[in-house]
Amino acid sequence: MMEPGLYHILFISAALFFIGVYGFLTRRNLITMLMSIELILNSVNLNFIAFNKYCWPGKLDGLFFTVFIIAIAAAEAAVAIAIIINLYRSHQSIDVENAEDLKY
Amino acid sequence: MITGSTILFYILAALTLGCGIIAVSTRQIFRAAISLLFSLIGIAGLYFWLEYQFIAAVQIVVYVGGIVVLIIFSIFLTQQAGEKLPKQKTDRKIFAALAVFCGFALSMLQVYQHQFNIAETTTAPTVADIGKKMLTVDDGGYALPFEVISMLLLAAMVGCIVIALRSKPETK
Repeated sequence: MMEPGLYHILFISAALFFIGVYGFLTRRNLITMLMSIELILNSVNLNFIAFNKYCWPGKLDGLFFTVFIIAIAAAEAAVAIAIIINLYRSHQSIDVENAEDLKY
Repeated sequence: MITGSTILFYILAALTLGCGIIAVSTRQIFRAAISLLFSLIGIAGLYFWLEYQFIAAVQIVVYVGGIVVLIIFSIFLTQQAGEKLPKQKTDRKIFAALAVFCGFALSMLQVYQHQFNIAETTTAPTVADIGKKMLTVDDGGYALPFEVISMLLLAAMVGCIVIALRSKPETK
């Protein structure tokens, strides 16, 4: 076993990103797709923090990007869940295959 | 030489990735939500391991305390209890796994070929540094993005209320 460093964190982050992409491609339920998106956003955050720590330790830019991504992800999750619950009320299902008609 | 820090790192990495895989592959949606919870806790642990305690605390408060609870509530509202998700087509799974594996291999190949200029000294930022930098309007300050995010949160809140309002029967 090696001493963990930047490359290890990048490996975890890339693996988590592609796990999220796999979930996004295979799932057909809107809530599970939202969960995959959360995994993808978290992998990006981990990348920003790792680069901030190992490459530019004196600066705080990566940290602020992470804070703002977390805030945007929270807003996005709230709006997405509002849309999902509204869709469930009108279609009785949150499967993307069933949500195929537009308003008009 | 294996230190406790190394062992802790590998445990956190295994927790994050293992629970992430369960979260995207299980057919029971509630189990997927709980796995997502533990995956996010693993990432918070990695932030602690990197000595970014502020981000770790934000991660736990926002994701574990907020978003996962929201997801679990929406599962309760939209899913019949004990019902499994329908099985996915095998060819879709195979092609998705193939695409994901190729993308992962390609990006890791690029990462390992690149030499990052890793700094020798590592200093963990304090909360005082973060607060000063976030609210300064000088060069390199983050006061404007801070305000923009607060507007975005307000817009998201109003949008959620408007979307989730039960529409009146006569407007249908």
